[in-house]
Amino acid sequence: MGHHPALGQGSRTLLIEEDEELRLRARPIRATSFTWITTGNVKYGHGHGSANGTSDERGGDQLSDQITLVDYLELGDDPHLVANECCACGAKFFDRRNACASCGKTEFQRVRVAGDGEVRAFTIVSYAAPGVPVPFVAALVDCDGTSVRANLINVEADPEHVSLGMKVRLATYSLGEDSNGTEAIGFGFEPQEAHDNGK
Amino acid sequence: MANDDVWILGIHMTKFGKHPDLDVVDLAAEAAMGALNDGGVGIKDMGVLAAGCLMMASAGIGQQLQKQIGQTGIPVYNVANACATGATALRTVIMAVRAGECDMGLAVGVEKLSGAGLLSGGSRKSDDDTWTRHGRYGAVAPVDGRIGTETMPGVFAQIGMEYGHKYGGTSFELFARISEKNHSHSTLNPLASYSKAMSLEQIMGDMMIAYPNTRPMCSANCDGAAAAVIVSDAKLRTLDPDQRRRAVKVSASVLTSDPWEESCQVLPDVNTLTRNAAKLAYEQAGVGPEDLDLVELHDCFATAELVHYDNLMLCPVGGAVDFFESGATWRDGSKPVNVSGGLESKGHPIAATGIANVWEVAHHLRGEAGDRQIEGATVGLAHVIGLGSACGVHILEKAAS
Repeated sequence: MGHHPALGQGSRTLLIEEDEELRLRARPIRATSFTWITTGNVKYGHGHGSANGTSDERGGDQLSDQITLVDYLELGDDPHLVANECCACGAKFFDRRNACASCGKTEFQRVRVAGDGEVRAFTIVSYAAPGVPVPFVAALVDCDGTSVRANLINVEADPEHVSLGMKVRLATYSLGEDSNGTEAIGFGFEPQEAHDNGK
Repeated sequence: MANDDVWILGIHMTKFGKHPDLDVVDLAAEAAMGALNDGGVGIKDMGVLAAGCLMMASAGIGQQLQKQIGQTGIPVYNVANACATGATALRTVIMAVRAGECDMGLAVGVEKLSGAGLLSGGSRKSDDDTWTRHGRYGAVAPVDGRIGTETMPGVFAQIGMEYGHKYGGTSFELFARISEKNHSHSTLNPLASYSKAMSLEQIMGDMMIAYPNTRPMCSANCDGAAAAVIVSDAKLRTLDPDQRRRAVKVSASVLTSDPWEESCQVLPDVNTLTRNAAKLAYEQAGVGPEDLDLVELHDCFATAELVHYDNLMLCPVGGAVDFFESGATWRDGSKPVNVSGGLESKGHPIAATGIANVWEVAHHLRGEAGDRQIEGATVGLAHVIGLGSACGVHILEKAAS
């Protein structure tokens, strides 16, 4: 056919599903990847300890047989999220930065993120990538001024049970154990009201 | 006297939809030849070429196109800027002409997406045998679906919902009615992928993708290409009266990226950079939103169209719901939006979109839009946004004579 070699190479990157019926709009760039610039190994936090952390420091895996889904979740008696906060302007990041995306300063400190929050936006995902169980509720939760991305859990995934402005709190759940018997712990936010009613 | 103005001399879009027998080079060539013919010029008149095909961003689509229609040795810029790729190609040519590097240039955007489903996220890999930390967040397992969603329908659903939380008045039905408008508009556009009207009941009853976006409220993956020839004011003055009469003035060409906002690391902020681009564009063009006769904006999802009414300052801050409810954005309203049918019906071949929307506006300004002509249109705006983010805004004006 005389295709340009590069054409064939490029076409391999097409993430095409066979389902002709689904004409869903989406993008080739993962939604998680935009603002998170690859920086490699970078030292952080002059005089404020490491915002980057080593594998030993990452996450709050207080119990040797538990590991958190992501390293910005810390367990213990009171599970919570942690962020790298710019010492100059207070902007918070769940990953590492060379310089603050807001003000450009380079000192960061690790801070605790409030566990109580309010749902500022949500969607109920009914169609997702293969292997992702649906439906689930994805949300933007305002935790005392820090925006957190998470699923809403312990709530029915329908518009009657989820609402904008709903008060929620951080909750953890088990993803199961691996072959070494280590249990992975994930997080989400659950309705404060339903939780209280259950008491 | 010649000035810094630049003009669209020729512009073309292919039919959007399924083109199983054409590859991206064929489609790009059809659009490019169409634009050259429309402008009454040839490839040898071009001093620069900017081209984009996002799904093949490293394939050198510009040079491949040259081999198909003319290898003249001019500089080629292969551009990639998410859904703003077409606008970026157009703006690259505009910058080259404005800089005086050449007096004419060609911008092309092309994509083949028919049959593509959700493009982001891919398939979730099964969990590893042992929990091991990977990547920037030290994740021990895939997080899409565990920590929010990476799908575009879900991301843009939240963007619309966030607007509703801030200002009130939104509902599933409201967003569906925006989609109803665009599908209705598409019935007059023979180049649209889908040109069937859909009732509110059909839209709301269709397959739910990410609440409140059902399938017809999502932009349609399709094949297509669009191209434009840009000419300097000085060069235009040497051309035939008919070429000058049909030339469309580029009154503003703006590209912005997303500045820091508190929540932008967890939910992309498509608002601030659009508002910034719009402000700058109105300033450059010396016109205001009240002067626009039509707007083609980036309705990648019905939930997105609502927020861009506000971002483009077509309505007062917080007033997008009332603005839509007034009927303003229907084609017989005071501020017609997406009379092409928008991305939800016309389709969204990513890199073509940012030139195709300019084609739509230019078509009306030339008075050549046929059945869907907005009568007497003299000023229009074309907007695209690519997540990541990039926003392109072009304001176009009818030739003076």
